[in-house]
Amino acid sequence: MLDALMDSAYIKSLPFLWDGLKVTVGITAVGLFFGIIIGAIAGLGKLSKSRIIRAIWTVYVEVVRGTPILAQALFLYFGISEDLIGLNLDSFTAGVIAIAVNAGAYIAEIVRGAVYSIDKGQHEAGRSLGLSQKQTMRYIIWPQAFKRMIPPLGNQFVISLKDTSVFSVIAVHDLVYKAKQYYNITFEVFETLVMVCLLYLCITIPTALYLRRLERKLDV
Amino acid sequence: MISVKNLHKYFGDLEVLKGIDAEIKEQEVVCVIGPSGSGKSTFLRCLNLLEEVTSGQVTIDGEDLTDPSTDINKLRTKVGMVFQHFNLFPHKSVLENITLAPIKVKGLSQQEAKDAALSLLDKVGLADKADVYPDSLSGGQKQRVAIARALAMNPKVMLFDEPTSALDPELVGDVLQVMKDLAKEGMTMVVVTHEMGFAKEVGDRVIFMDEGIIQEEGDPEQVFDNPQNPRTQSFLSKIL
Repeated sequence: MLDALMDSAYIKSLPFLWDGLKVTVGITAVGLFFGIIIGAIAGLGKLSKSRIIRAIWTVYVEVVRGTPILAQALFLYFGISEDLIGLNLDSFTAGVIAIAVNAGAYIAEIVRGAVYSIDKGQHEAGRSLGLSQKQTMRYIIWPQAFKRMIPPLGNQFVISLKDTSVFSVIAVHDLVYKAKQYYNITFEVFETLVMVCLLYLCITIPTALYLRRLERKLDV
Repeated sequence: MISVKNLHKYFGDLEVLKGIDAEIKEQEVVCVIGPSGSGKSTFLRCLNLLEEVTSGQVTIDGEDLTDPSTDINKLRTKVGMVFQHFNLFPHKSVLENITLAPIKVKGLSQQEAKDAALSLLDKVGLADKADVYPDSLSGGQKQRVAIARALAMNPKVMLFDEPTSALDPELVGDVLQVMKDLAKEGMTMVVVTHEMGFAKEVGDRVIFMDEGIIQEEGDPEQVFDNPQNPRTQSFLSKIL
């Protein structure tokens, strides 16, 4: 009987959902790649000596963290690209940009916090040896800060992965979008959604376990 | 070697140094003592611009630190600094801690820097620790590595900011011994310290600071055994 059950609705939905999962992971990976770049720039910007640079990045971080990602995606896709500049952005690209901009703000705080957490004496020791500001950052502060950034960055990956599910509203063919498409035809709503959740967990649980191990190994 | 003229330092509205004048000659060992909050660490940190000087003049080896056109990174290579909390780089091995600046700042080759570092480690009695990480060292060993790291730049002056204050009592001796050897070799040294024994034995001169000014200075015997200033008398009576 179990065989019959597994043979039917659950398993049959998989090939269809698989396409959605690839989009979900793809958007997360590409989006986070750019998100890390934005976050590094923004995080260092928030540590800048210049008040103007600090203010600009603080506004960015606070605006993004203070608004829901669903609103951000709609704003980006319909508000800016269609309405304001009349650009026909494809929804995958819009999703990538939304994740990059959204995760960038959170990563900025991760970067800022990690750099800030390195003891001031490290910086002073570097400078007292004659290393320039840049050399001190590159050889002394960054390597230590980066180690502390790895666990929260992994955490951000899990969060961003789940965040992509709201992009079905801008017609990104992600896992949730594909699921809706599928059960609207087959009416196997329960079975399909069980599989959706399992597929998310297949990525998030191993990631979380790996991160926990990594944290112990890095001892941070 | 070091000349300080009318040095003032403010932290916001707080005046920490209220006009310091000092001359430190080549090969001289000057110990700076005083109660906490007296400004002695700030004074030391002004000597390599780890603290920005509010006003006044600091000249080291003929170069004016406060002149904006002075290449401060280059000048700092002439001034070694040893910190209370060692500030070793935890992500680098002992050897890498010592060779980093000679390679990156002075442009030494890996091999040149390594050879120099190993002989310095030998000098501070830690030749066998080259490849370990700072984490596995005791406080006294860390501080000796930190001294070797500063010496690797061949500085003309060494600044010590309470180098033994964070150490367990039984580890203090080894660090002081390294400093004594250094003094004997003729290194110019400015030492902020609470080790009165060291100041007496090794110091050529003692400076007593309180409330941001130099209250008294002179030969260690004179300052310790026959202090003139009432503040010096009260400070010494509390700690001796």
